[in-house]
Amino acid sequence: MNDLSALRRRRDDGLGPNTDIGRKLRALFATVEDQGIPPHLLDLLDRLDEVERQSSVHLNSATAPEDGE
Amino acid sequence: MATQDPGFKRELLATLPSLRAFAVSLSGRHDKADDLVQDTVMKAWAKHESFEMGTNMKAWLFTILRNEFYSQMRKRGREIQDSDGLFTERMAVHPSQYGIMDLSDFKKALDMLPSDQREAIILIGASGFSYEEAAEICQCAVGTVKSRVSRARTRLQDLLKVEGEGDYGPDAVSAQVTSTRHIG
Repeated sequence: MNDLSALRRRRDDGLGPNTDIGRKLRALFATVEDQGIPPHLLDLLDRLDEVERQSSVHLNSATAPEDGE
Repeated sequence: MATQDPGFKRELLATLPSLRAFAVSLSGRHDKADDLVQDTVMKAWAKHESFEMGTNMKAWLFTILRNEFYSQMRKRGREIQDSDGLFTERMAVHPSQYGIMDLSDFKKALDMLPSDQREAIILIGASGFSYEEAAEICQCAVGTVKSRVSRARTRLQDLLKVEGEGDYGPDAVSAQVTSTRHIG
């Protein structure tokens, strides 16, 4: 249902799968998307994760008795 | 308490490629775009508690990135915008059925649009947002997005027609169909 109305809307705005402009827009975007995620961004996420983990360990050891592993 | 929901990072990662493509379309350059994405990730991470899991993370991230871009623009003046490089860098390998020349003509036409129209047609046509989501991201009315998209499309059709549609083989038929059958 939803797909159908989305399709109808896309057709109306002239950017649907069979339109030249719609296809080229997505192809152009895909040239960037398909490059994947640059390593420095993955590193950043890992570092943020690590900081988070450490601060939550601190938090836990400060507020609760240690459970151990 | 502040422990990150693992789903947050997963969703963030899944959105990064399209977020990055949007950043390139705004800033016009890959290096600036990557800085912009990095700033966005930091911001999003810092305020992840204000994000409700299960709601639209993609729209949330696009909004943060767009706000970040315009606030940096205001700080630095207009030097950020360098549309000459828009999408053209690293286009050597591309996955579509279109030839590189073909897409680079399209890119040039896209660069000629006013930035608000370009942004609107990208959010709707390439990033796959609804008009309502795009309006929220751009902080404007739904009707404004609709009219920007419509003007952008009409302008692109004109530009592409002028630039000699039919010159490139397999695409000529569809180009002709969409440009002649278009009713505003």
